[in-house]
Amino acid sequence: MYRYDEFDHDYVRARVAEFRDQTQRRIDGALTEDEYKPLRLQNGLYLQLHAYMLRVAVPYGTLDSRQMRTLAMIAERWDEGYGHFTTRQNIQYNWTKLTDVGDILDALADVEMHAIQTSGNCIRNVTADHFAGAAVDEIEDPRPTAELIRQWSTAHPEFAYLPRKFKVAVTGSPNDRAVTKAHDIGLRMLRDAQGNPGYEVIVGGGLGRTPMIGKVIRDFLPKADLLPYLEAILRVYNLNGRRDNKYKARIKILVHETGIEEMRAQVEAEFERQMREEGGPLVQPDPEQVRRIEAYFAAPDFADLPATSETLDAAMAADPALAAWVANNTSAHRAPGYTIVTVAIKGTGEAPGDATTAQMNALADLGERYSHDELRISHEQNVILPHVKRDDLPAVFAALQQAELAAANAGLITDIIACPGLDYCALATARSIPVAQDLSERFAEPARAKAIGSFTIKISGCINACGHHHVGHVGILGLEKSGIESYQITLGGDHTETMAVGERAGPGMSADEVGPAIERLVDAYLERRANDDERFIDTYRRLGADPFKHALYAA
Amino acid sequence: MAKEFKPKIVSANDLNIGDVVYMNSGGGWTRKLAEAAIAHTPEEGETLMGRAEPQQAKVVGPYLADVALDDDGRPFPTHFREKFRTRGPSTRPDLGKQAANPERREPLAASGGI
Repeated sequence: MYRYDEFDHDYVRARVAEFRDQTQRRIDGALTEDEYKPLRLQNGLYLQLHAYMLRVAVPYGTLDSRQMRTLAMIAERWDEGYGHFTTRQNIQYNWTKLTDVGDILDALADVEMHAIQTSGNCIRNVTADHFAGAAVDEIEDPRPTAELIRQWSTAHPEFAYLPRKFKVAVTGSPNDRAVTKAHDIGLRMLRDAQGNPGYEVIVGGGLGRTPMIGKVIRDFLPKADLLPYLEAILRVYNLNGRRDNKYKARIKILVHETGIEEMRAQVEAEFERQMREEGGPLVQPDPEQVRRIEAYFAAPDFADLPATSETLDAAMAADPALAAWVANNTSAHRAPGYTIVTVAIKGTGEAPGDATTAQMNALADLGERYSHDELRISHEQNVILPHVKRDDLPAVFAALQQAELAAANAGLITDIIACPGLDYCALATARSIPVAQDLSERFAEPARAKAIGSFTIKISGCINACGHHHVGHVGILGLEKSGIESYQITLGGDHTETMAVGERAGPGMSADEVGPAIERLVDAYLERRANDDERFIDTYRRLGADPFKHALYAA
Repeated sequence: MAKEFKPKIVSANDLNIGDVVYMNSGGGWTRKLAEAAIAHTPEEGETLMGRAEPQQAKVVGPYLADVALDDDGRPFPTHFREKFRTRGPSTRPDLGKQAANPERREPLAASGGI
């Protein structure tokens, strides 16, 4: 875990004091809303349908038990007893009072957290693979890179007012769990033929109104050149990105309109110009500082364990529910005898990503006791315990059952991503959560969900696509049509390294038509799949959209 | 032919809490839509907005929203977004305005929005 140094502490405290003062001036009437709005957005404070919403950054999704307990405490003391984990590894509080914001931010600063740059046209919270430092397929831990980018991008004076918001994701594994191809910049860590570490740099990905899959702008960037190269991309974007039309202001549009070859030429020219500067580029980090950051992410002191656990095997033989949960919610760990636990915040009929104060405290306890005091937030709105001994899984499962967090559905059809939608969001055009809840109940029967297998449903309540609907195997987009909520279905999306944007299946349908339509779609898939191991997305790619469109609109 | 004017009210969000508020006939603010001042003409709408916009120390983002009137002349929202604003999250009837007004917890299907 990264720990703040003196500069970090002073900077965050100063920002809290500054924003507390700005907020008081707004309350006193000294600032108008036009003056205050950009200030509050730079500090993560939105005004939503029913109240203010505070978006708190969880940098690259990593936090410890002390931080999770503080998130729980804030929910209890200043909010309505719950928080919402988002698709960008953040947490949102939906009932923030303006008069409490300063105290909330001070409480966050106490545990080295903040809400800076979680909104606005700046470089947002950097996201990373939620299995970082634990995944068996990992080339290198992406979090030191993400932390370096966080330090470079925080309050970067040149990039505080970009044409539009800017999102960066990093993965250290070839299996892309960080959705890198749907980010303004995606970084995939790899090694060259000589074994030197570096990055494949992807630029111009994004979802929203105009979904684009990111394009490779540099096949291999040596690790040491990262910041000058990012600086070059941001400079080209800041100079040439459109500011006349917010719908065409993201870098994906610039890359699309400029062409990746010309974009590459401009970025490389700016990069070379920096590299030729006397004394080297201004943003080349001190190697000592890089080593300091890397040291914070050193692997925990794992015990020397056998790969299998007799304790766990015996417990699973006696408890089918435990066995089902272990089979589905654990992933291979780099250290023998350890596993990665995905705690699905997706109980039947619950709002995806919503966790109560009690649940957050329970997760903090589990992280502290069983996972080397580490937790992660995933973009799939789940919580990860990254370093759990297989011997401890029965105890972890029992505690999760107590906390109503033992849903054995990670990666299955009920592990649904959904944005807050029109139940909370001022931008939304339709609700998302009730649709997710309905689907969660329809496919709640464990044997059925297991039989369906890997299946992603992603739901957004407006075209901005916070629910990643474009890249769900099934995407659901809520819109308004003639004064009522209407839902468009897309098929064939993929959020991984084989990213694909889903194809619109047909006309929109009402909310109460969505559930039955998805059930027909799933039945059609089960009838047509080549074998039990063929995932929906593979059947879809083999057969095309037609049989599934027919199933959706059969009624 | 001029488009028929639909009755309107002024809605905004409370500055400190962010809760949904409506302008009343005295130029103040109420949390109850039933107490909102109603504009029956474009001119009355402009007058209401003219009274709302200077009140930045109390509210955020005042705007005119369409309403319909029941048999007793009380306003009710015509758009599903405004219906949700009179209640709170449809998935959390324990929160928002509806929490204080349990009788308003209508089934979603009856809201006309779904």
